[in-house]
Amino acid sequence: MEFWVTQAFNGISYGALLFLLAGGLSLIFGMMRIVNMTHGSYYLLGGYVGLTVIRQTGYFPLAILAGALAIAIIGVFEWNAFLKRLSGQELGQVLTTMGFALIFQDLALIIWGGDPYTIPAPAMLSGAHRIGDLYFPIYRIFIIVVAAVVALILWLVLEKTRVGAMMRATVDDPEMARGVGINVHLISMVVFALGAFLAAVAGVVAGGFVGVYPGADFEILPYAFVVVIVGGMGSLKGALIGSLMVGLLDNFGKALFPELSYFTLFAPMAAILAVRPTGLYGRA
Amino acid sequence: MRLARFSVQQVMAAVIFFLLLVSPPFLSSFLLTLLTQALIYGILAMSLDIILGYTGLASLGHAAYFGIGAYSVGILATRYGAAFGITLPAGVLLAVLVAAIFGTVALRATGVYFLMITLALGMIVWGLAHRWVTMTQGDNGISAIPRPDLGLPWSLSLSIPFYYFALAGFLIAFWILRVIVRSPFGQTLVGIRESESRMRTLGYHVWLHKYIGFVIAGGFGGFAGVLWAYYNGFVSPVDLQLATSVEVLLMVALGGRGSLIGPALGAGIIVLLKNLVSVYTHRWLLILGAVYILTIVYAPEGILGAIKRRTKEVKPRAVGVHGLTEGEIEGG
Repeated sequence: MEFWVTQAFNGISYGALLFLLAGGLSLIFGMMRIVNMTHGSYYLLGGYVGLTVIRQTGYFPLAILAGALAIAIIGVFEWNAFLKRLSGQELGQVLTTMGFALIFQDLALIIWGGDPYTIPAPAMLSGAHRIGDLYFPIYRIFIIVVAAVVALILWLVLEKTRVGAMMRATVDDPEMARGVGINVHLISMVVFALGAFLAAVAGVVAGGFVGVYPGADFEILPYAFVVVIVGGMGSLKGALIGSLMVGLLDNFGKALFPELSYFTLFAPMAAILAVRPTGLYGRA
Repeated sequence: MRLARFSVQQVMAAVIFFLLLVSPPFLSSFLLTLLTQALIYGILAMSLDIILGYTGLASLGHAAYFGIGAYSVGILATRYGAAFGITLPAGVLLAVLVAAIFGTVALRATGVYFLMITLALGMIVWGLAHRWVTMTQGDNGISAIPRPDLGLPWSLSLSIPFYYFALAGFLIAFWILRVIVRSPFGQTLVGIRESESRMRTLGYHVWLHKYIGFVIAGGFGGFAGVLWAYYNGFVSPVDLQLATSVEVLLMVALGGRGSLIGPALGAGIIVLLKNLVSVYTHRWLLILGAVYILTIVYAPEGILGAIKRRTKEVKPRAVGVHGLTEGEIEGG
């Protein structure tokens, strides 16, 4: 029982982290159909910038904000200078963004070196909450809360505001959206920046949890993609459910079948896609 | 102008073939091993070209088949002392089998979805290589794979005989793939790339053609992997990770999609570049990253595509039926 509760909790908190990373990616996919191999780099660079900021200032919320804003700017630059011209050219997108991912990987190595780091969490987030015999690390609870708040805000913005309606219209049919006078270009840029921003938030938050280290970018990238395709591109609900599924499958797979853990994660995902190629909540 | 285009290609092919055949004794052993490596990656890139260049489906999991071929050799040769006569068919057949299973899943989708599904499928195989330690030795990889003994007078542990061994493998793969793409089957693939709906209307079984193309690509990917395991003497999850799949995509795109020779050329350029640059600087990732971006910015059709476009600028190509140029019909 203890095993199941602890593993489920770990799975959910990892799923929460994945949601931060993949929620924005899903919107980007849904709206622009851009395959962005740099998304994992945003996560990693966000973590590194956060690390530097916290070393200088010691202030955790500032680390998150600075990391996220810096990466959002990088993302907007990359999108404006290269990606927006490549719409509909999947191969061009994959190769261009892969090029950026390699460059960012090497730059990170030059600037921050090859050692793994942990971002020190503030005192109020360390320690564990005890219920009976079970201990729940406060930091993991914090991640779940952050993801829940972000999900709620995204949902409110998408469903209840005018900008959200424009975003949904652009996801559904960019041409018609442009036709009725929506500035699709601006909306796309904002969504791309938002995706990079959230990926960097995930990176800083993850820095206090799994750490910041070279290779984290390509380690987490497939997870983000799998969340998005299984949930369905452009669907926030899909990203949420996909994140939790991937988080839980990953944790239980690693705990129960350590030798087959990636198989137990990716094979069910492939099976879902075999039945529903557009994902659980995606539209073709 | 068709004649001119073909003769340029043929002259180029003949010169390259001649150089590949006679140069080994004049090359340093470092360059020779790089050339061997380029030939093996060339097979991998040509195999991907069947689905990417000829059929128009970009796969993000092609390194999986390469890895399956390589691990088959690694496991069979080090554990059971299996000879080349066993490992080669085993590696290729296993790759074919996995491609046959994966194809049923992946080919339900196109475009971005196809990319993503092949990525997830590729991760399954990578995950097994990475985690199934009792079988694959995990991240340590399988080392000390002996070179094959074909009963020839020359030992393949020496670099020159092994080079010719790889060259033979490359030429056989090239020849078979060329026969395939020039056959009615290959032309149908090109037709599907250009207009799937038109081919369906014409009564072609589109799915089956794509599926067979996918499986052929997987099989030759496995063949490349078999040679790679023998060349390198070592297999590890790096050989089939996502970055390797993307690198093969780059080789195909850089050389020129849908030409077989182009992807092989692209493989050669990337292999040489990676290894030569890393001799001079530790910052080769920066340079490789720049190559990715510059390829798409300046040569989106690849090197062969750029050459063709230049010849086209001199004289416009004849436009064939239904507005397709002759080159497109032929898959050039």
